Amino acid sequence: MNGQAPIGEDDLQGYVDGRLTPEREAAVEAYLEAHPEEAGRVRDHAAQRDGLRARLRARHDEPIPARLRVANIEAGLEARRRRRWTGALGRVAAVGLWLFVGAAGGWMANERLSEPAPQAPAGTMADRLAGPAMSAHRVFVAEMRHPVEVDGSQEAHLVQWLSKRLGRPLQVPNLSREGYRLMGGRLLPASQGAAALLMYSDETGRRLTVYLTVMEGDETSFRYVQEGEVGGFYWRGGDFGYAVFAQADRQSLLTVAEVIHEQTSGEGPR
Amino acid sequence: MSEKAALIEPHIPALRRYAFALIREDSAADDLVQDCLERAVARWHLRRGDGDVRAWLFSILHNRFVSQRRETLRRGRHGPLEEAEETAGVPGAQEPAMVHRDLLRAMAALPEEQQAVLLLVGVEDLSYAEAAKAIGVPVGTVMSRLSRARDRLRRLMNGERPALLRRVK
Repeated sequence: MNGQAPIGEDDLQGYVDGRLTPEREAAVEAYLEAHPEEAGRVRDHAAQRDGLRARLRARHDEPIPARLRVANIEAGLEARRRRRWTGALGRVAAVGLWLFVGAAGGWMANERLSEPAPQAPAGTMADRLAGPAMSAHRVFVAEMRHPVEVDGSQEAHLVQWLSKRLGRPLQVPNLSREGYRLMGGRLLPASQGAAALLMYSDETGRRLTVYLTVMEGDETSFRYVQEGEVGGFYWRGGDFGYAVFAQADRQSLLTVAEVIHEQTSGEGPR
Repeated sequence: MSEKAALIEPHIPALRRYAFALIREDSAADDLVQDCLERAVARWHLRRGDGDVRAWLFSILHNRFVSQRRETLRRGRHGPLEEAEETAGVPGAQEPAMVHRDLLRAMAALPEEQQAVLLLVGVEDLSYAEAAKAIGVPVGTVMSRLSRARDRLRRLMNGERPALLRRVK
């Protein structure tokens, strides 16, 4: 063994796992040649290791279930956090209300109670729209094997399905003049109800996503948000909140946002 | 936010594989992964900046697995949590003299801490040091568990009952 340290069990395991330096590996090989019984054992260990990998490969290669997507994990945590908060606020408000009623009853019996404060909107637009839309964009744009649930070739079915699940008729924007072809769409959980994610791609393979979720309220202007190389606009119009994201410059994103707004705000599809 | 997704997502298939190999039940395995991911996302800021995300995720997953197991053991039947020293003198005490065709089923007969090492090193390709950190034991323990696990699995797969091949260091 050329004056090296004697071969031990750790070397044999390291050999099975391919973790040895080339010199040590050669030494182990020489040792195994001289010890056929050990060689058989090491061979079995290696076969076992490969067998276990093969046995588990199918599990590894399955698409990631939606509930394990980071965007959905984050949405779940966020919803839980919000529930905790509103629960706590509710309790505080209830105590406050009783104190107020008592005070009002005692001292100002004929004073009219003020209007209850308007209900705070559950989360800002950035929380409810831009954040989830950006997460969804990042997750599914990277998805090569299963980018969409329903393919764009079944557009009628896609529209019907998503409209049903979102509870409002939605329109799939036509972005072909902007160079984007519809790949398809998928349904996602949202902080309130569901959201739809439509995915488009241009001829270079660049992907663009349009995120829609039911969001009532006044129409808002376009707001821009950028994170790294991904940017996009989000706004509220009609019954929906919209967010469009892509790795593209602000001006071309604005054009796309305007086209979507135009098509979804009653002017009808082109 | 999405940096998290970009760094965590690529490891989810491996986390699912590891959880499934340990639990061998589809939805319970994914429940464990979900539990792990929720913790990872919530504690993202506690992650050491330069640390390897993969090893970090595996250590969270392993911790969740161990504490879930403790929970079931506390509530239900009691079993050995500590590594039972192999009773080398009594061959075949728990090992049926049949050939296990399915490696995964055969592996189930091993103590869980041996299974963990077998999977983390052999399947998930964690270094010995990473595996040691993930399960919270010294590297030497990882090595001895690995060797014991492989010998035992070999006997189970071969259905053979040889005199133990204890090797000198």
